[in-house]
Amino acid sequence: MATTTSPRTLYEKIWDAHVVQQRDDGTALLYIDRHLVHEVTSPQAFDGLRANGRKVRRADLTLAVADHNIQTTARVDAAGNRLPVEDPESAQQLAALVKNTAEFGVEYIEDLAPEQGIVHVVGPEQGFTLPGTTVVCGDSHTASHGALGALAFGIGTSEVEHVLATQTLLLKRSKSLEVRVDGPLGPGVTPKDVALAIVAALGAGGGAGYVAEYTGSVFREMSIEGRLTVCNMSIEAGARAGLVAPDEATFSYLRDRPRAPKGADWDKAVSYWRSLATDAGALYDKVVTIDASTIVPLVTWGTSPDDSVPITGTVPDPSSFADPSRRAAAEKSLAYMGLTPGQRMQDVSVDRIFIGSCTNSRIEDLRAAAAVAKGRHVAGNVKQALVVPGSGLVKKQAEAEGLDRIFIEAGFEWREPGCSMCLAMNPDKVPAGERCASTSNRNFVGRQGPGARTHLLSPAMAAAAAVTGRLTDVRDIAAREIA
Amino acid sequence: MRAIGTIEGKAYPLGRANIDTDIIIPAHWLKTVTREGLGRGAFETIRAEPGNVFDDERWQGAPILIAGENYGCGSSREHAAWAMADLGIRAVIAPSFSDIHSGNAFKNGILTVVLPQEQVDRLLEVAQEHPITIDLESQTVTTPYQDRFRFEIDAFRKDCLLKGLDEIGITMELDDAIAAHEVKAHADTPWVEGAAKAA
Ligand code: SF4
Repeated sequence: MATTTSPRTLYEKIWDAHVVQQRDDGTALLYIDRHLVHEVTSPQAFDGLRANGRKVRRADLTLAVADHNIQTTARVDAAGNRLPVEDPESAQQLAALVKNTAEFGVEYIEDLAPEQGIVHVVGPEQGFTLPGTTVVCGDSHTASHGALGALAFGIGTSEVEHVLATQTLLLKRSKSLEVRVDGPLGPGVTPKDVALAIVAALGAGGGAGYVAEYTGSVFREMSIEGRLTVCNMSIEAGARAGLVAPDEATFSYLRDRPRAPKGADWDKAVSYWRSLATDAGALYDKVVTIDASTIVPLVTWGTSPDDSVPITGTVPDPSSFADPSRRAAAEKSLAYMGLTPGQRMQDVSVDRIFIGSCTNSRIEDLRAAAAVAKGRHVAGNVKQALVVPGSGLVKKQAEAEGLDRIFIEAGFEWREPGCSMCLAMNPDKVPAGERCASTSNRNFVGRQGPGARTHLLSPAMAAAAAVTGRLTDVRDIAAREIA
Repeated sequence: MRAIGTIEGKAYPLGRANIDTDIIIPAHWLKTVTREGLGRGAFETIRAEPGNVFDDERWQGAPILIAGENYGCGSSREHAAWAMADLGIRAVIAPSFSDIHSGNAFKNGILTVVLPQEQVDRLLEVAQEHPITIDLESQTVTTPYQDRFRFEIDAFRKDCLLKGLDEIGITMELDDAIAAHEVKAHADTPWVEGAAKAA
């Protein structure tokens, strides 16, 4: 641990506490406290261990769960027998995770367990993710866990293997970026809109090389679920990690979670966590401030997450972009998206609705969507409206609150937890040329299936689009009491 | 890891910005449990475009790719690096890279070279007709003309690439330091331990 007394940021404090060895060339060997493993990016890493006769150094800091390939339709039949995963390659990848975790002694939350879910929903929910820890996963949205004040970032498969074998990573410290959002949020503005606004303000590559810390009254007042949504999308601005300083909301979220510390350990942990906040006078390498009152409900029009406009706005004209490469990209995006410049976003009709993903599949997201769906019905032109809870525990909670009934009565499909239509590795895909209002985080070309057209938006706006059949300003549709 | 010294040859003049990892290798190719064979899916959506650089005879088998800013943004999938390697790409030149992707590329012996946009534009022009040479030892990119562009690379990465070193093997030699850190962490933050039940 550094002995410096100069003021430090939250990021520097976590970093300093995890340096195993500082090297002359500016890189450091960093200790990793939490390693989450899923089926897509781990098979080659376990193979690498096997090929070199290496073991998992700290199985007690490693947790595996399957999410990307798993089907969101029923996993058992009426008699309780397991239903097979139809796609043979998906089945092979899932089977590899079961085999590898058993062979290397890593805990695996199996697919029928109530705790199964999207890896970034499971970690916080289980209290596996803790403030002040370093958290990695072979998945770029690992940034999500920063919502609890953890330094969390995505890694590639070679790094997964490196962490499995050594519990460390060789890294260079990133620059620090403060993203300060102060002021009251307007009506209908959700954490997703805050996230999209930040990505638009920074640009898709604007955060590259930085670790972002989100500060200001908006985050202090935001729930942990909301902070998870914002941190989740850090990577869409290129920032490898995003952090929110742990506070009372963090502690009450974590208290009594299955894997959170208990008893005397809990008290010690909380007092340590309180010391992590950025010191007064600590300097960031870059500061971006956003006035919260300027944020409105947003929707994307293009194929990069920073391509957003207010829902009341229109499709931009590529010729309005000064930068020639931006202009060329916008033209390509519009051709792919089947949109014309000047078209009103609210006139764009949609074919599919996806409410889910590690960005927006937690209980608050489902409540917000249900409040709009309640007593209404999915429009006739909408071919499919999916609600995919982020975990089995979210699903159970939602069912206890009656949200499943609201969705089903409104014509939505109520599914089993997983990544689903966020990246279409399982059978949940958007067919080519169809348009999907999606609460996920990426609108890349082909992300939701080859030729699929994605509009990113908040859960309430996705529900609003479902009931009207077109992109819709959620402020025009009254939310209803769901309890 | 395979050692890299000099990479010389044709360069795909792709030039586009924000080439995300979904473009480098679409998700439906990620179901593999091995590292090989992904070249077939590399840049699939671009290859569907008529006249694309990847299917143009002039650049068949080129070891270098030249792209615009923010290359490799998006997902952390190392499959993107495996796909590029399988296609025969050994270096990418761009004004900027996503952090995760450039790390993945490096771990697979693919050099990521950051040069300012004007120099990248010049190389895009030269690559239309001529080969390009990247010399890791001297950290330069040269063309058959007078162009000589110097690039930065961190010393550790350079050393690993030049020698083809196995990073895990190097780290495992630091076992004492790692164990010492664990002892200290156990004393300072004991609650961090044992969150997963070892199966
Ligand atoms: S929900 Fe989407 S973004 Fe999140 S982990 Fe799954 S595939 Fe990745």
